[in-house]
Amino acid sequence: MSKKAENKEGFFRSLLRQQIFIPLAALLILAVFNLIMDPGFFRINLGPNSAGNMVLSGYLITILDYGSELAILAIGMTLVTAASGGQDISVGAAMAIAGSVVLRVLCGTNSRPDTLQAPIIVAFLISCVAAMLFGAFNGILVAYFKIQPMVATLILFTAGRSIAAWINNNELPIISDPVFGYFGNFIPGIPVPTPFFIAVACMIVIFLVLKFTNLGLYTQAVGINADSSRLNGLNPAFIKFITFVILGLCVAVAGFIKVSRLSSINYSVIAKDIEMDAILAVALGGNALGGGKFNMPASILGAYVIQFLTTTLYKFNVQSDALPAYKAVVVIILVVLSAPSVREYLGRIGKKYAGTRKEAA
Amino acid sequence: MKKRVLAAALALVMAGAMTMVPMSAKAEEGELIKVGIINNDPNESGYRTANDKDLQAMFNEENGYDASFAYSLKNDEQINAAQKFIQDDVDYLLLSAADTAGWDSVLQDAQDAGIHVILFDRTIDADESLYDASIVSDMAKEGETAVEWLKGQGLDEYKVIHIQGVMGSAAQQGRTGALTAAVEENDNWSLVTEQTAEWNAEKAQQIVQSVIDSGESFNVIYAENDDMAKGAVAALDKANISHGVGKDVIVMGFDCNKWALEELLAQNWNYDGQCNPFQASYINDIIQKLEAGEELEQKTIIMEEVGFDATTITQEDVDKYGI
Repeated sequence: MSKKAENKEGFFRSLLRQQIFIPLAALLILAVFNLIMDPGFFRINLGPNSAGNMVLSGYLITILDYGSELAILAIGMTLVTAASGGQDISVGAAMAIAGSVVLRVLCGTNSRPDTLQAPIIVAFLISCVAAMLFGAFNGILVAYFKIQPMVATLILFTAGRSIAAWINNNELPIISDPVFGYFGNFIPGIPVPTPFFIAVACMIVIFLVLKFTNLGLYTQAVGINADSSRLNGLNPAFIKFITFVILGLCVAVAGFIKVSRLSSINYSVIAKDIEMDAILAVALGGNALGGGKFNMPASILGAYVIQFLTTTLYKFNVQSDALPAYKAVVVIILVVLSAPSVREYLGRIGKKYAGTRKEAA
Repeated sequence: MKKRVLAAALALVMAGAMTMVPMSAKAEEGELIKVGIINNDPNESGYRTANDKDLQAMFNEENGYDASFAYSLKNDEQINAAQKFIQDDVDYLLLSAADTAGWDSVLQDAQDAGIHVILFDRTIDADESLYDASIVSDMAKEGETAVEWLKGQGLDEYKVIHIQGVMGSAAQQGRTGALTAAVEENDNWSLVTEQTAEWNAEKAQQIVQSVIDSGESFNVIYAENDDMAKGAVAALDKANISHGVGKDVIVMGFDCNKWALEELLAQNWNYDGQCNPFQASYINDIIQKLEAGEELEQKTIIMEEVGFDATTITQEDVDKYGI
C-alpha cells in the first residue's frame, strides 16, 4: 500500500514540477468557484442565431470565442519573451493598425462601400505584411539597436493608434457585406465560433514549426545566453528580430478577427489593454518573463484562463473598469510565487513534508 | 561613448519635437487671437471626430485665430496641457474636460493670468466665476428626453440593460441620471445589469453577451452612445434575439451618428438621442463679443437637441443630423 501511495505522490510531484501545472491549477480554481456559485455557468445551448443558423451559446463558448485573439497573441508574445527577455507592449496599437489596413483595402476611398473593393483574402494578406513590417520595426530596435523591448515598443504603443486613424483618414468605415462578419462570428452551418477555428489553426502551425524547425531551440538558446549561442554559431540578433516579425503576423490575425466582429473599427478603443492580457497569459503559463525556456501550450492555456477570469467577473457584474484590478491580483500572486526566495522556501517545506511522510511509512 | 552619442541624439530629437508646437504658436502676426483648445481624442467616437472637424474649420488663420490643439482622454494630461497653454500666454482657453472634477486650481491660474476660459461640450464641477462662458449640451435633458420616450412605449415591464460611458464624464452622469430616477420611481422598471463599457463597443458586446449567457430576460438596451449600442446589437444578433421596432428588445443609443440613424431608418434600432457636436460658431460669437468689449447675457448656453424615433425618422433627418 505504501508503495502505491509513493507512486501516487511521485505522480503529483512530477505534475507539480510541470510548467503547465500553473495555468491548469488556475483554471481548476476558477471552474470550481463557478461550479459552487452557479452550476449554470457550464450550460451550453444549441439554438439559431439571427441569420437562422444553429449555433452554440453559453459562457464556455463565450470564453472560447473571446479568448481566441488572446491565445493567438500569446503565441507570438511567448516567442518574443523567450528570445528577447522582454515584452512587446505595442500589440494593441499594432492590432488597430492591422485592422485599419484591412478596412482601408476593403473600402477603398469610400468609407461606406456597398460592395467590397477587394477580396477579403487580399485585404488580410496586405494587413499581414503591414503588421509584420511594424513587427520588424520593433525587432530592429530591439535586436540591432539593443534597446530594451519595453522601451522600444513604447514608440509604437504611443503612435500606433494615431497611425491607424491616419490610414483611414480618421473616418470610421463600416462594411455591410455579411461575409466579412463570418470571421469574427459564425460561418453559416457551423455551430462553433470562427475565431476558435482560427486560433486552432494558428496553434497547429506553431506546433509544426516548433517540431520541424529549430526555432524553439534557437529562441531558448538566445534567451538563456545570447553570447554563448553566438559562439555556437547562432545569430542572436536575427533570431530576436524574427520573433518580433512572427508576433507581427499573430497581431495581424488577431486584429482581423477584432474588426470582423463588428465589421467596423474604433481606433482609440479597439483591442485596448490587450497587451497586458497577452503578457499576463505568458506569465500565467509559467514562462520566465526574463527570457529563456518557454512552454507554448501553457501560454495558450494561460490566455484562455484569463478570458475565463474576465467572463467570470462579467457574470458577477463586477464593474468593467475594475477588471484590471482583479487581474493585478493574479499578477501579484504569480510574481510572488515565481520569486526565487519564495520558491526556495516552498521547496524546503516540500522536502520537510516528504521527509516526515517517509519516516511515518 | 556610443551610448552617450545616442542619448544626446535622442535628446536633441525630443527637444526638437517639443519646440515645434510653441514655435508654430509664436508665428504670430499681431492681430491673430491666440487660442488654446483642449479636447478629447478625436478618435474616441464619431461625435468627437465631427466636433474636432468643426473646431478645426473655425479656429484657423483664415478666421483670425492662432490656434493650438491638445488632445487627451485623461484629465491629468488635459490639465498639463492647460498649464502649458497658460505659460504660452494664450488669449482664450477652450476646454472640453475629460472629467468634471479637479479643474479649480488650473482655472484659477488662468484667471490670474488674464486668460478667458470658455468651456465647450462638457461642464465641470468648478465655481462659475472661474470661466467666462460654457457652451454645453444638456446631458441630463438628453437623458430625460430619452427616458420620456421610453415611458411612452407603454411596456408592461421594463427590464433594462444599462450600458454606461466612462464613469464620471458629464455625458455618462447626465444620461444615467434620468434612467436611475425612472427605475426608482416605477415599480415595473428594473435594471438587469448596469455596467460601464467605457464607450467601447467590444466591452458592450461582452456585457450583453454575459447577460444572454446567464439566461436572464430583458427587453430594453439603454446604451449611452451609438458605438456601445452597436456592440450590444452584435451580441443580440449572435443569440437570435430580435431587436428594433415591434420586436423583442428596444435598442436606444445617443449621438446620432449617420450609420446609427440609418439603423433607425431600417427599424433595427428604436431611438437615438442627439448630442450636438457643432459648437464652434457659438464659441466664435462669444469670442467676438468679448473682443468687442461687450458683456455676455448669459454664462451657460445650452444648444438645441432632439431625439429620433425609428417610426418617424426620415431620410432628411439622417442627412441633416447625422454626424
